[in-house]
Amino acid sequence: MLATLSGSMVKGRRVDWGGIILYLILTCFALLMVAPLVYLVSTAFKPLEELFLFPPRFFVINPTLKNFNDLLMITGASTVPFSRYIFNSLFITLASVSLGVVISAMAAYPLSKHPMPFRKQIFSMIILALMFAPAVTQIPQYLVIANLGLMNTYWAMIVPGLAAPVFLFLTKQFLDQIPDPLLEAAKIDGAREWVIFWKIVMPMLKPALSTVVLLSFISTWNDPGPAMLFTTSESMKTLPFALSTISGGTGVIAQAGAGAAAALLTVIPSIVMFVISQRMVLETMAHSGIKD
Amino acid sequence: MSEVSVETKVSEQARPLRAASKLKVLWADIVRNRVSFYFLAPFMILFLVFTIIPVLTAFGLSFTYFNILESPKWIGLSNYRLLFIDDDIFLKALGNTLKFAVVTGPLGYAMAFLLAWLISQIPQKYRFFYTLCYYTPSIASGVAMTVVWQYLFSGDRYGLLNYWLLKLSFINEPWQWLEDVNTILPIIMIVSLWMSMGIGFLAFLAGLQNVPRDMYEAGAIDGVKYRWQELWYITVPAVKPQLLFGAVMQVVGALNVFSVSVELAGMPSPLYAGHTILTHLHDYAFIRFEMGYASAIAVVLFCMMVGLNRFIFKWLGNKE
Repeated sequence: MLATLSGSMVKGRRVDWGGIILYLILTCFALLMVAPLVYLVSTAFKPLEELFLFPPRFFVINPTLKNFNDLLMITGASTVPFSRYIFNSLFITLASVSLGVVISAMAAYPLSKHPMPFRKQIFSMIILALMFAPAVTQIPQYLVIANLGLMNTYWAMIVPGLAAPVFLFLTKQFLDQIPDPLLEAAKIDGAREWVIFWKIVMPMLKPALSTVVLLSFISTWNDPGPAMLFTTSESMKTLPFALSTISGGTGVIAQAGAGAAAALLTVIPSIVMFVISQRMVLETMAHSGIKD
Repeated sequence: MSEVSVETKVSEQARPLRAASKLKVLWADIVRNRVSFYFLAPFMILFLVFTIIPVLTAFGLSFTYFNILESPKWIGLSNYRLLFIDDDIFLKALGNTLKFAVVTGPLGYAMAFLLAWLISQIPQKYRFFYTLCYYTPSIASGVAMTVVWQYLFSGDRYGLLNYWLLKLSFINEPWQWLEDVNTILPIIMIVSLWMSMGIGFLAFLAGLQNVPRDMYEAGAIDGVKYRWQELWYITVPAVKPQLLFGAVMQVVGALNVFSVSVELAGMPSPLYAGHTILTHLHDYAFIRFEMGYASAIAVVLFCMMVGLNRFIFKWLGNKE
């Protein structure tokens, strides 16, 4: 009796140690990962005299909103107000996300549920397209956009990224594991394909579509690339592109704080998007495997 | 089986007719399924215009001299010869990219899997907190984070790293982290690793959470005693499809290094210490407008990505 009791106690203690080490590793890594972000938050609220304090300080002592004010003042003095960059980014991101989601879902539906010819070949092509980055196609893309006369338009920054293979891939994989009988029942009812798609398939795809929303949002919101390639006018530039020009002048003391404020404003929406969608994203990613 | 033998018996004369009727059957099949193609059309048209045609065009342009103003002139393999024999800066960029990929690819991949596995070992209610901590860096705008890196790796005493290293007397004078050719590439690697817990990490995490419980119970009966045995013999095979997806994403990401280098080290970086294949491409395409030469660079990068991924498919794909 005593032996088993002490045995279980030792075992209990050992499991505990394992647990402590586990949490210790996880927490150390978490701190390491979060530290740069914490510094960003802290810097965005630092008053001028704390920005160039010696010795350098990680945390803010007297937080202030002055940097956010400065941000409006600095860019107010240049030709384009800062709000214009925010508007451009918001508009392009919203358009890319909503169109991307619908297009991917529409393509995933027949590839997954219809006995159409070439579906295998088309899907293999999508897998092949997962294997390289869109960056390798940027030269011909640039030529296409230039020849279509789309330079300096919103279209140039929305359309090229819409048909992303990874969106179609994730949506199709998710749809694959939804059993067919539900759709069959609707077909027997005589519902048309378009009605089936909107009324039945789209609601079932919600987790996958949330994932596409998140991924599409992150890539459009954060990427300065399209604005760099396809625009020459200041009023068409997006937030990340404008940011690279603000923080470019690090020599100017006042801009260091404003730069951090702008950076913080850029980072927050992505985090909010993930917090909202995380449960559905993980549900989708469970089916992300490539089974050949 | 019987169909195959029938087909081989068909005489030579009947073949064209058969092919024609086959096409007809296929066409009828397409017409019958036209609604499916309508659904597919928006994606496929955009995919054709902005992915397939650009890939083919890049291959075509890589054999030409093309400066946008004049029409492309065919010059055969000259671009490739120039690239691999005379362009020392390209070779430097290639070397940097490979060094970067060899370090961050496997390390980022292993880190993502290990952290996802550790998270899957703790109770559900605590998982989200850690997931958020690890995933957030990968979705934080790279441009925005430059503010932080410029402070952390600043070359003067005000830089946090220099301050602490001086204080602990590891160094005697401030080190120019982002200007010194020896530290540019390592810092690009560190920052990239920090941002690397992305879509692959989420795929691992989701896969690991969905390994059926009974597989572990069956494993315990079969004599699995330790956690590492469980991990190696049960967990890894169960999440193999996610591992393959993560690997593909990792390869593309590792060879796609561009923005981190430009944001940290500038373009061109000091003595090209942070130069990569993509910065070289960008330089020739959008600064010098030598589109033919830049296309050759794009083709080389394309072949590296697809080639390496094909290899990984053979290696990780279903062997059994």
